[in-house]
Amino acid sequence: MTADAGTYLYAVAGDSGTPVPEGLTGVAGTPVRAVRASGLVAYVSTVSLDEFGEEPLSRSMEDLDWLDATARAHHHVVEAVAAESPAVPVRLVTVYSGDEQVLALLEERGDDFGEALSRVAGRREWGVKVYAEPDDQAAEPAEQGGGAATGPGAAYLKRRQAGLRSREEAWRRAAARAERVHDVLASIAVASRRHRAQDPQLSGRKEWMVLNGAYLVDDDRAEEFARAVDDLRAQGGELELTGPWAPYSFATLDEGVAP
Amino acid sequence: MMEPVRPVGRAYPSSSGGGGREPTNLGDILERVLDRGVIIAGDIRVNLLDIELLTIKLRLIVASVDTAREMGIDWWEHDPWLTGGKDRGLEEENRRLRRRLSELEGDRRSDRPIEGRVVEREPAREYEDYEEDYEDAPGYEDEEPEPEPVRRRPERGRRAEGRRRHDG
Repeated sequence: MTADAGTYLYAVAGDSGTPVPEGLTGVAGTPVRAVRASGLVAYVSTVSLDEFGEEPLSRSMEDLDWLDATARAHHHVVEAVAAESPAVPVRLVTVYSGDEQVLALLEERGDDFGEALSRVAGRREWGVKVYAEPDDQAAEPAEQGGGAATGPGAAYLKRRQAGLRSREEAWRRAAARAERVHDVLASIAVASRRHRAQDPQLSGRKEWMVLNGAYLVDDDRAEEFARAVDDLRAQGGELELTGPWAPYSFATLDEGVAP
Repeated sequence: MMEPVRPVGRAYPSSSGGGGREPTNLGDILERVLDRGVIIAGDIRVNLLDIELLTIKLRLIVASVDTAREMGIDWWEHDPWLTGGKDRGLEEENRRLRRRLSELEGDRRSDRPIEGRVVEREPAREYEDYEEDYEDAPGYEDEEPEPEPVRRRPERGRRAEGRRRHDG
């Protein structure tokens, strides 16, 4: 390995001796390889430090197009690997100076990886988002006709106040609903996480996101989970289900089982 | 700085349905690959933007463009050097003025070509016109909530470093 190449790590899985999915490519179109040690397999590819060195990364991480392509490539490998066997995804742009460092990692943290893997084995992550319309209050109090005493200014303030009040009210209702949805889904899942709501910039939607939940669900309860989502959706309001995902939200090395 | 101002999510329709297993919403993917997954420090130290910082950054760009526009600072949209074309703003204004003028004239005369008549305005009418315009102005019906202030957060892109080489 030359000085200006690095080893990019995507995910770690238990080594069942299965070969790397054929033709699997990762970031910057590099072929994915396996590094095996301690009963584990690390999925990696060799990347150029011209692109994945500290200096260039500090720039390109802010380049949306680059980030888009790289995030998708990373995600693609993680999903491909996790489809074969339980895998622990590693965060984007984790780059080592060479394969030896990855080997050392597998040896040093083998037990932790083993534990993390056993937590996600036979389970998938599902994402559920709940949206709420900011102006549920559609019907605003109609203009009272006889307000001769109230000028347009006072009327405006009144309307604005009412608007704010119903906005608050709508928000409270939506939050309560999010709570209910989360409780129902969490009771089916093995573990659950509530992530912070996505910015409209990220979700591409104007509505409030009141729940951004991740649920680790046993494979044999996946259908039950999907049914519960349908039932909740039928109760009204917008509910978005994504997945199954590799267990991104539940892959941790240093924490115990999720509460 | 980065140029693109497009919202991350919208460009890629979410495809939770359909045969493809892989959701294509970039927002969902970014959220996962940046904020979740095992965090181990590699040998290359990356000042990883966390997803929130990234979106704040995007929003700042969008916000600054919008704010500028609201304040009427939009010269770049009309600067022939930048747009590489004709001055559309001026054209638009011309068209507006012409339309207004012909409306005014329509009050008195049948349609005539407006070109030769620009000078003949009676000052007396101007005041009334002004009043009409004022009442028509959409000023206070507008209930648009003020744009939310951009939340600022202390730099926290360094999370990875904090957990670097967790005693193993």
